Amino acid sequence: MTVRALIAEDEPLLLEGLRAELKAVWPELDVVAAVHDGDSALQQALQQRPAVCFLDIRMPGASGLEVAQALAEDWPAGEPFPLLVFISAYDQYALQAFEAQAVDYLVKPVQPERLAACVQRLRARLDERASSTGPLPQTLEQLRALLAAPAGATPAARLEVIQASAGNMVHMVPVDDVVYFEAADKYVRVITADKEHLIRMSLKDLLPQLDAQRFWQVHRGTVVRARSIVSALRHESGKVTLTLRERPERLTASRLYAHLFKGM
Amino acid sequence: MAGAAGIDLRRIAVWLWHELRVGVPIGLIAATFISVMFNDPFVRTLIYSLCIGLSIQLLIEGGRYGLAGWMRKRGLDSPSLRENWPGWQWMLPWSVGAAVVGYYCGSLLADAITGGQHTHSPFGNNLRALSLILMFSLGFTLAAVWFFYSRSRMLTLQALTQAAERSAAESQLKLLQSQLEPHMLFNTLANLRVLIGTDPARAQAMLDRLIAFLRATLAASRSGSHALADEFERIGDYLALMAVRMGPRLTVRVDLPESLRALPVPPLLLQPLVENSIRHALEPKVQGGRIDLSAARDGDALVLRVRDTGIGLANVPASNGTKFGLRQVRERLAALYGARASLTLEEAPGEEGGTLATVRLPLQQSPST
Repeated sequence: MTVRALIAEDEPLLLEGLRAELKAVWPELDVVAAVHDGDSALQQALQQRPAVCFLDIRMPGASGLEVAQALAEDWPAGEPFPLLVFISAYDQYALQAFEAQAVDYLVKPVQPERLAACVQRLRARLDERASSTGPLPQTLEQLRALLAAPAGATPAARLEVIQASAGNMVHMVPVDDVVYFEAADKYVRVITADKEHLIRMSLKDLLPQLDAQRFWQVHRGTVVRARSIVSALRHESGKVTLTLRERPERLTASRLYAHLFKGM
Repeated sequence: MAGAAGIDLRRIAVWLWHELRVGVPIGLIAATFISVMFNDPFVRTLIYSLCIGLSIQLLIEGGRYGLAGWMRKRGLDSPSLRENWPGWQWMLPWSVGAAVVGYYCGSLLADAITGGQHTHSPFGNNLRALSLILMFSLGFTLAAVWFFYSRSRMLTLQALTQAAERSAAESQLKLLQSQLEPHMLFNTLANLRVLIGTDPARAQAMLDRLIAFLRATLAASRSGSHALADEFERIGDYLALMAVRMGPRLTVRVDLPESLRALPVPPLLLQPLVENSIRHALEPKVQGGRIDLSAARDGDALVLRVRDTGIGLANVPASNGTKFGLRQVRERLAALYGARASLTLEEAPGEEGGTLATVRLPLQQSPST
């Protein structure tokens, strides 16, 4: 039985090297996509639906962890979620986190014995999976823990006022007035009860400056003020639809964050 | 509280020991000298010498700390004041006064100790002997003052030198760490491992580059200089390693005019700039880009440029990196050339975008030309 796989690694020689070594220890593995950046990895994975993804941590575009997060959110319901293996040369925080969460990972340069052990584990998990519903709940749990793991950076200072420029004008928006933040490419849309601003900053950089008690991340691209949420409606797919107090539009909380909304 | 008091007690004990280490030998020498010169009993002379000597020392040191403290309290500040030295213009008259007052007080104290049978010192009725002793005390006093002054100065200098050495060692270690960044090293080794299997000749060439890079990076001396051609060669080693890793995502252009090749430059000055270009500008860019390394002459200045076509300054998150590389280049330039050298960082001109780092140095002729 062939197993479909994706490899995402930005360094061409390393990608070819991994492909060759995998071929030697796992002949049934069919690499259906080999990509050099995070954005292509996400796109190809969603298109090809591989059973195993090898993701480098440091890549241009999205990082390996961000790809995993996006996959967990966008993977079609009912399809078996791929097994993930992270690859890193040296990210001590990431490696510690992987170790703690029992997530498969490989350290570059990849040692043949280590790769063989990893392949064996993947095969065993794939066999297990043939008889059960798939590893998504467990993977979600692991990913949640990984995303919450400290990145090693010092916590940023709390932001009180958002300075959003529009032409020659700079709007001063108190953080308390914001209903939700939404990622839009390199920008973040800042939505208050009656206005919308754009700031040139990534949501990833903004997030550490917000009070996590008051502002909840509910999706990789959405952070919402907790007290603005009126109700949360669970769907069978695992997603949750949020109704807001100050705004008519509805927001979607992904499976990765659905655990935030459960009765007390 | 108890800990602080303990430390204070220990400091006082150390200070007292330092003072007595000077005062007691002076008293001993003086007693020997006087007892030999005037044929007096040694023990009695010793008591007098010690009483007089330590009284004078007490007055001088008390005045020194007191005056320095008073001057600091009045808002004055200088390196010597921080060493509790108010300056010779204060200390000279004070020492003379201290010598006279200390002489009489010490004599009275010694009288009391020896039983008061010498209501005045043994030389009280002999003006010549008295003035000789006074001059003698004064001479010792001034010598002692000078000794204290130069010793505290030396200690301060020593502490300053040690601190400077420590900070230099720390910054060198940090520089080394930043250049031997594990992520770069292990990825390079991983590439090498693949090449050994697939293309041994290329693996060998890459290993030679890695060896040259490591040798240059680990070379202990960051002072001195090497030729600009060597600088470009060393940077070339690093870029060649990165080119193997990044494949077609990295291209490099080098422009080094023949006439500038021999000019002396500080070793690996450009390395942090090139690393920044790779790490913060090109690695995050999906399609990669180019690094231009160039040297030019502008009047009596040597202008070195590192330009990349990466994501640009505005897109590098502020949280990214510690600016250690830039600071290190600026510090080296300031130490070597003062205000005559500069480093500027700006958006690169032209539609390719990216970042341009420009280093200007005063043009120096190489020793050979």
